[in-house]
Amino acid sequence: MPPDSHTRSALFWFLTGMRGLFSLPAIILMISFVGFSAFALESGIPRAEAIFMTIAIWALPAKMILIGSIAGGANMAAAFLVVTLSSIRMMPMVASIVPEMRTSRTPTWLLLFLSHFIAITAWVYSMQALRHVPREGRVAFFAGFGITLALVNTLIVAVCYGLVSQLPPVVSGSLFFLTPIYFIVSIWGTARHSVVKVAFVIGIIGGPLFAVLTPQFDILIAGVGGGTLAYIIDRIWIRKPGEKQANDTPTEGEVL
Amino acid sequence: MTESWWWPYLFIVVAGWLATDIWRWLGVLAGNRLDEQSEALYWVRAVATALVMAVTAKLVVFPTGTLEASPLWLRLGCAVLGFAAFLATGHKIGVGVTVGVLSLGAGLYTLGF
Repeated sequence: MPPDSHTRSALFWFLTGMRGLFSLPAIILMISFVGFSAFALESGIPRAEAIFMTIAIWALPAKMILIGSIAGGANMAAAFLVVTLSSIRMMPMVASIVPEMRTSRTPTWLLLFLSHFIAITAWVYSMQALRHVPREGRVAFFAGFGITLALVNTLIVAVCYGLVSQLPPVVSGSLFFLTPIYFIVSIWGTARHSVVKVAFVIGIIGGPLFAVLTPQFDILIAGVGGGTLAYIIDRIWIRKPGEKQANDTPTEGEVL
Repeated sequence: MTESWWWPYLFIVVAGWLATDIWRWLGVLAGNRLDEQSEALYWVRAVATALVMAVTAKLVVFPTGTLEASPLWLRLGCAVLGFAAFLATGHKIGVGVTVGVLSLGAGLYTLGF
């Protein structure tokens, strides 16, 4: 491929990634950010700070936890500790997507920059969408999707702050339920590796179980411990030795 | 000191941005060493999936806000119903989400929320 057509295709994939804004997960996230605007207002966070938080932190659960800490009067060190402990999951999420996204020529600084735009929704969407994108286009595709999604949601917070204060309980309850039900069906539906399905079952049982047994470390135990258990179960009983389950050699014409 | 206009922003930068991006950066450094076909990546995928599902299940079992007052059987029932509809329609994600959310909305309405 000549270098000229390579740069052109990067723009093409960036724009294709932007179209992901109209996907179901992106729309669900935008609705959740309308809810976040109301939550920030209710918690006494000024508009400018709510906007800054959205672009600076991006991950919705981490923002909710930070606001909870601020509202509870926590000092900076305590808030840092709570937010950072709740964000450990970012590391395996990013680590699992980087090998699928980069090429041998992708600079590390670019991946470090783009990693900011990974949160649960972008992760779930990318894990299914990237395999339909040829490898050279994947970084541009993710950049188009991730950056646009973060900016649009920042705009949503800017616009909706103060506009939505109180939704009827049936509506707010149903909206809140969108996120978990979407993760449940989409992570199962897009699993390409048997180990993901095993980890899905263990995580879904382990999360609430350890929340009761060891409330301080529930996510850590269910995630790291449960994930390791899932890996062992898959390795010994399910996946055949040497079997390759990743099928990521799409043809050039295969677009979303 | 805490009166300064920039203080909340510094607070967000340290306790929010830094606290989350540290893990993202570590993820990039770790993921950069992983080959797409490597055995270690299977383990990383398993841990990432288990973590996300643990968080997700907690949203259903221990929700905050409006749903906190709703009965657990309703939330579990609607999640199972949505997942069943998704499986029955040959993995249609939209169907699963719609059935799950609408059944929950109907349940909340019936219970007088």
